[in-house]
Amino acid sequence: MAEIQIKDLSYIYGKGTPYEMKALDNVNITFGDNMITGLIGHTGSGKSTLVHMLNGLLRPDSGQVILGGKDIWADPKKISSVRFRVGLVMQYPEYQLFDETVKKDIAFGPKNMGMKPEEIEKAVSEAVKFAGLRPELIEKSPFDLSGGQKRRAALAGVMAMKPEVLVLDEPAAGLDPGARREILSRIRDYQRESGTSVIIVSHSMEDMAMYCDRVVVMSHGTPVMEGTPAEVFSRADELFSVGLDVPEVTKVARALKECGVDIGLDIYTVKFALGRLLGGGEI
Amino acid sequence: MKELIRAEHLSYAYPSDEDGVPAHQALKDVSFTINEGEFVAILGHNGSGKSTLAKLLCMVLEADEGSLYIGGKKMTGDSVSDEDIYSARRDVGMVFQNPDNQLVATIVEEDVAFGCENLGVPSEKIRKRVDYALATVGMTKYARHETHRLSGGQKQRIAIAGAIAMKRKCIIFDESTAMLDPAGRKEVMGTIARLNREENLTVIHITHYMNEATMADRVIVMSDGGIIMDGTPGEVFNRATELWDANLDVPQTTELLWKLKEAGYDVKTDIFDPCECAAEIVRVLKK
Repeated sequence: MAEIQIKDLSYIYGKGTPYEMKALDNVNITFGDNMITGLIGHTGSGKSTLVHMLNGLLRPDSGQVILGGKDIWADPKKISSVRFRVGLVMQYPEYQLFDETVKKDIAFGPKNMGMKPEEIEKAVSEAVKFAGLRPELIEKSPFDLSGGQKRRAALAGVMAMKPEVLVLDEPAAGLDPGARREILSRIRDYQRESGTSVIIVSHSMEDMAMYCDRVVVMSHGTPVMEGTPAEVFSRADELFSVGLDVPEVTKVARALKECGVDIGLDIYTVKFALGRLLGGGEI
Repeated sequence: MKELIRAEHLSYAYPSDEDGVPAHQALKDVSFTINEGEFVAILGHNGSGKSTLAKLLCMVLEADEGSLYIGGKKMTGDSVSDEDIYSARRDVGMVFQNPDNQLVATIVEEDVAFGCENLGVPSEKIRKRVDYALATVGMTKYARHETHRLSGGQKQRIAIAGAIAMKRKCIIFDESTAMLDPAGRKEVMGTIARLNREENLTVIHITHYMNEATMADRVIVMSDGGIIMDGTPGEVFNRATELWDANLDVPQTTELLWKLKEAGYDVKTDIFDPCECAAEIVRVLKK
């Protein structure tokens, strides 16, 4: 399993044109091994650009992406092997589904990795199970699926490659609360069992608070905060100033402090708040 | 209050297709009335029939059974005139989830004018309506900007402005905040609430964000094609266990108060504002 280190990385869209835009500005972050890192930031903060750097879909203008100790662009001809190691599930599943049937789509990655047919079969069925896709759907065209099912199919296609690093851009957008909990818990269970590094991009502060070990906050192309959910969400005013938010329960803790009941500002889940209020010592 | 939409026993099934995918009964016997100026949130798990219902109300789909009335006029059955349908379609519009899928023009004001142009509104009137619509969503200074350079929240506000310019009485928001960042969500929800209050716009807001539903006057909860709850946010979110069973959620404030109640504290559970929630907790702790 591997950590990803981002070193002095910058990227400019439309370089040399009048629309030149600096999307990433001298970024230094380490996405640690064996944990879930949440990446949050306003629209246009550079999250998606950064995510596309991690598996080599974009090439840095300057700086390095170091996977397991090696610069992924050391030999540009071998960049495709990085994509097997770093699996990316994109924000819009339509962008990555393409094959005739869901099954073929999921098998595409393993096939290109050179897995044997029986291994492919196994990898596909495990991935289908993991993503919670109903087996009868896998012979259908991915484009006949509902939004939520497409999301699961895209996730299965990446999981079938058993990546060392799993990167998910808004994995639960458009899913109902029950399905969100299910998908995110499965990802967390998988992370705990496999020891992979998982990176999740999301606009849901509640989800990030609940499932991430560390949170990185991006603003205008550069990381501005980093820490555990408790550390990051206790700095509410700074988050508001970069167009973000804190979980509702964190706002309750802030209001409680103003009313003279201080249970701490580092509250980020209901369970945690309840523990502090009832003195049960939760967390 | 004047009735705007009345649904009586609406049912709809998606027909089976040539690949042998069986027909799917998306809506079963759905009845409700929505008055002019109401702000209604619709919650429901994926596949509960929310979007199908939205399509029936916009008359993109036609119900298999039951009757739909818009502005008191019947929209279903054989005796409906095309004119009534066209007029009702002008009254009820929709804003979608993905901001990139609904803007058609490259310049903001042209996009806002698009609907009016198609309705054949005279151009001097269009000018006035577009200026007014842009002002109501707070986007006047972006009138000459390129649409593709706007943020997600701004794009959604432009889509809303297009509907305002068409003088729609009702806008259905089909998860219009799902793809937005927190600031964009606040921006769009603020705009929706203000239009509802100040312009008497009827709002039907489909969402998976429970705290957005608390802003509505009324919350309808759907499950498996039917309505399982219909009441004020306070009434609906007080039924937390039923909501959890239906794959839904309650706002964190309600969850916290609910758990305190379970722990034996005598708290009210139908509170959504974080400050009021804190005040309630302080009240019972001091007892």
